[in-house]
Amino acid sequence: MSEVTPQSLNVKFSFLRLRERIIFLGLFGCALISIAVTSAIVYILLKESVIGSAESPSFFQQQSVWDFLTGTKWAPQLGAGNVGVLPLLMATIVITGIAAAISLPLGLASAIYLSEYSSPRVRSVLKPMLELLAGIPTVVYGYFALVFVTPYVLDPVFEKWLHFEVEHFNALSAGIVVGLMIIPMVSSLSEDVLRAVPRGLREAGLALGATRYDVSTKIVVPAALSGILASFLLAISRALGETMAVTLAAGITPNLSANPFRGMETMTAYIVEASKSDATRGSIEYQSIYAVGLLLFIITFLLNILSQYILSRFREVYN
Amino acid sequence: MSFSSRSESDRILKWRHFKSAAFRVICNVSTWVGIVVLILMMIGVFQKAIGSLDWAFLTRFDSYDPKRTGVFAGLWGCFWLMLFTGLLGIPVSVAAAIYLEEYSKKGWLTQIIQMNISNLAGVPSIVYGILGLTIFVRYLQLGSGVLSGALTMAILIMPIIIIASQEALRSVPQSLRHASLALGATKWQTIWYQVLPASVPGIMTGVILALSRAIGETAPLIVVGAAIYISQTPGRSESPTELITDPSKIADVPSSGFTVLPLQIYNYSTTAKLAFRNEAAAAIVVLLVLLLIMNGVAIFIRNHFQKKLKW
Repeated sequence: MSEVTPQSLNVKFSFLRLRERIIFLGLFGCALISIAVTSAIVYILLKESVIGSAESPSFFQQQSVWDFLTGTKWAPQLGAGNVGVLPLLMATIVITGIAAAISLPLGLASAIYLSEYSSPRVRSVLKPMLELLAGIPTVVYGYFALVFVTPYVLDPVFEKWLHFEVEHFNALSAGIVVGLMIIPMVSSLSEDVLRAVPRGLREAGLALGATRYDVSTKIVVPAALSGILASFLLAISRALGETMAVTLAAGITPNLSANPFRGMETMTAYIVEASKSDATRGSIEYQSIYAVGLLLFIITFLLNILSQYILSRFREVYN
Repeated sequence: MSFSSRSESDRILKWRHFKSAAFRVICNVSTWVGIVVLILMMIGVFQKAIGSLDWAFLTRFDSYDPKRTGVFAGLWGCFWLMLFTGLLGIPVSVAAAIYLEEYSKKGWLTQIIQMNISNLAGVPSIVYGILGLTIFVRYLQLGSGVLSGALTMAILIMPIIIIASQEALRSVPQSLRHASLALGATKWQTIWYQVLPASVPGIMTGVILALSRAIGETAPLIVVGAAIYISQTPGRSESPTELITDPSKIADVPSSGFTVLPLQIYNYSTTAKLAFRNEAAAAIVVLLVLLLIMNGVAIFIRNHFQKKLKW
């Protein structure tokens, strides 16, 4: 080892300082990538649908936003003026509605069970099992809807018994599987907020002679209501963006209808379908992918922001 | 409040306890609904798969004949896609997490980055597909190959890994950092030699969860343009030994067209020939086994590393 002198130490420490600086800048750059990704998403969606360029006008330069949002006919292959998003939006809303009707009550009830009733041991078994549901790829849910739910549940119940006409591709089966898929999300997010409610509130209720039911429904749930709402919004936003399950189960036929037994095409299913076909760049059909993507992005973005805002307010109250 | 008789107060009390017990049953059943459906789903899929699942199914390419189709291309596609996604996505995400947890000061920029990451986690996967298609395939002209798919997937899993890594880093006690700094280590030396090794179990768990999410994602890959029918593997390397004996093939992988298991499942399920539904079930079983192995590895890593570390 060479002799240690003030000069050699100085060289060594300048090197170390320089290295620290470079590493810091590198890490900072990586953190900025996330901002770049968001900016890129916003830019490309706006570029094709709003901004456009001199040689190729954008989607909304060829068709008004109002026509897009209120049009009842989805036929982008026929060119500008025939692209009304309502059929796609309606399908998305119907399926998300069914999914919410299934997952919100079941998810909340299971959250109450896990946080208020179950012993830590039962919880440590049930929770991972429930989370398995969230780990199954969505295409598997689509397959399940198409091959099991429609022929073995919907056909016997609604067609043979109640005499509705159930189509092979239908919104109900899609809504059911999406609902099942997001139960764990509602359950685990709601459970977190329920557990954040201070023990003292529960004990005060129990000491006054309230039953577990009274404590759960009249003290804990109301105290955690805003957090529960936030978890519902996140789950709904997730259901809106769900793609493969709804493409497989509800089909790819644009159809303005609220009849859950019919096939319909959601916004996400359209994006999948349209990107598979080779629409020429700059055509209305090609740009409609971006217009639909933009609408989907805006809706989910607003839901996420709102839910985060509610959650941060909730945390302020209890932490 | 007064009760006219003892028996009436007993009746009210009984009713309240009954309500409480009934509520408990309702909540319990709700928890089981998902689990029971999961079990039914598995039974159904396995039943359909049983006739089609054999070794040949794993080693054959796609075919228009359901009896002669297989997931060979999908398996290799998954392998290469995961490899590149991991190489591209993990270092950047962990680095971003380190910056946010260890370096960033409270301020508007940090807050914006943090909020932005939570928002990215909620962006529908299909939007990432549009991003990948536009940036990597159209602007950068990378083609619809493994590289474009992997870049898209790397961006998709970034927020998941960042959030998990941040939690892992946060759980490392401050005293460890103080001790290292007090001994004269620089900030980076502290992070590299003390904080990161201590947070490996948490980070690895997050990474594997993110990769399992990526392996099941189909929508962004369809948008980016992954092949529906393809009868060659990326880089044409068809056995693990070939990667060692003929490594030049690896160079062709990033630009090769590819398919993945979930895409094959989607494809089999939508084909008009109903016999393909059994093949879809078989492919699902293969995919689930793959996921099971990955999660098993995650649990193993977590337990293995956690044993050594105790505070």
